[in-house]
Amino acid sequence: MKNLVELIDVSLSYGKTLAVSNLAMKVPEGSFAAVVGPSGCGKSSLMKLVTGLMPATGGSVVVDGHEISGPVNIVGMAFQNPNLLPWRTTLENVMLPLEVVRPERHQLRARKQEFRDRAMELLRIVGLDAFADHYPWQLSGGMQQRASLCRSLIHQPRLLMLDEPFGALDAFTREELWDVLQTIWMKQRFTAILVTHDLREALYLADEVHVMSNRPGRVVRTVGTVQFSRPRGERTFLEPAFNESVMDLRSDIRSQRMPIDVKPSAPGEKA
Amino acid sequence: MNNALERSGPVLLSVALLLVWELSCKTFEVPPFVLPSPSLIAEALAENFYIIWFHSSQTLLTTVIGFAFAVAFGALLGIAVGSSRVAYTSLYPLLVAFNSIPKVAIVPILVVWFGIGSVPAVITAFMLSFFPIAVNVATGLATIEPDLRDVLRSLGASQLDIVRKVGIPRSMPYLFASLKISITLAFVGSVISETLASNRGIGTLMTQASANFRIPLVFAGLVVIAVMGVVMYMIFAVIEKRMTGWATRGATFGIGG
Repeated sequence: MKNLVELIDVSLSYGKTLAVSNLAMKVPEGSFAAVVGPSGCGKSSLMKLVTGLMPATGGSVVVDGHEISGPVNIVGMAFQNPNLLPWRTTLENVMLPLEVVRPERHQLRARKQEFRDRAMELLRIVGLDAFADHYPWQLSGGMQQRASLCRSLIHQPRLLMLDEPFGALDAFTREELWDVLQTIWMKQRFTAILVTHDLREALYLADEVHVMSNRPGRVVRTVGTVQFSRPRGERTFLEPAFNESVMDLRSDIRSQRMPIDVKPSAPGEKA
Repeated sequence: MNNALERSGPVLLSVALLLVWELSCKTFEVPPFVLPSPSLIAEALAENFYIIWFHSSQTLLTTVIGFAFAVAFGALLGIAVGSSRVAYTSLYPLLVAFNSIPKVAIVPILVVWFGIGSVPAVITAFMLSFFPIAVNVATGLATIEPDLRDVLRSLGASQLDIVRKVGIPRSMPYLFASLKISITLAFVGSVISETLASNRGIGTLMTQASANFRIPLVFAGLVVIAVMGVVMYMIFAVIEKRMTGWATRGATFGIGG
């Protein structure tokens, strides 16, 4: 299958700090990739590189067959903070990208009804259609995050970039949203890259999980998840192979973490 | 009961203060040219109603004109400073320097340029009141969440798009909050200018009255300025509440979880 995103020997430095180096990664069109790694490994740098928000210091970032040099407008993004605009209703928030992205921004009037229907359909999938005219402060954290997910998909991006989108939610809401995301993805089959520190989330949602090394970050291992059939559900968590994969990933990441110099002191010993 | 007390609090306290003032003047036999009692001030207000009206309408006019210029200029300046790094780094030091000049010192220069009268008052009101507006609008624009900026930039949004779609609506609560402060500063500006160089306005009235030892009339002028300031403040507080209710509802907007 054709790769929508390909990173070839990419490095990125902020001043003297090297955030990522020798980073190589391929994401086939229509697949779901997850990136996990120890904290501070350059996962967020990866987001900025792939979306073209930051130019690579070295190597090349190829998106949709072209080496990119600026923002690529085939992406949608969602972050840990839903960042909804408080003066807009849910529906107006979801439709914000259409007012910005080309060519839709010039077709707002002509295709008003179509855009509205598209937004309502997305809201229906995530179960927010009854809240279209509510303001963000009237929504719970999980509902705000669903609206943010809709906003990232309204312009039908071919690439969805997610930066720990469920990180601030409670466990129940988070697992609920995993299924919401899986449903949308299976319906629309865009390419997705999910940056997360939740290993179960990565294995549950993705086709391939990329493990990044400590700073400067690079991909040290890629784990396939084809053996877990889709749609995944509560059964998946019970599969022994799933839990083994979680344990494997955990030990991978532990071996990548910065060594911590603090040894637990034995009782009686002076600290 | 508690709520009723809270509502009537400002009135009760003002009445109590006036009573203490009145009684102190009576019991300690304070001469009226040192501190006139509230009843004497009220008397002066009533006796000189037309003169006071003549002067205060002028002050109100120059203040409002100066303030209107300040809103337009301050908002534009704030948008420029808040949305462009170059504008910020080059303009901010200048603005701070300008703001730290006592405006009283500029009035004589204005008189040389424009003569005695309304123009220096309007300009002084303007100079005193645009700064808080500019700073507040700039703050609203400069504090756009970086993630949201990324979302829009990745869609191909220009800096102008971000300012229009997010920056300006976001800075509205900051703007309206600053209007309340600025209108009272505008009064300070026009009264300063009138005190120094004018033949009409509350400031002029007070200067003349104190030269003639009509101290109750001086205090009457003060009362009129205070009342005008409070009324304007209240008008803008109401407008603020109407226009940007979304900013004060549910304090947790934008925070995940």
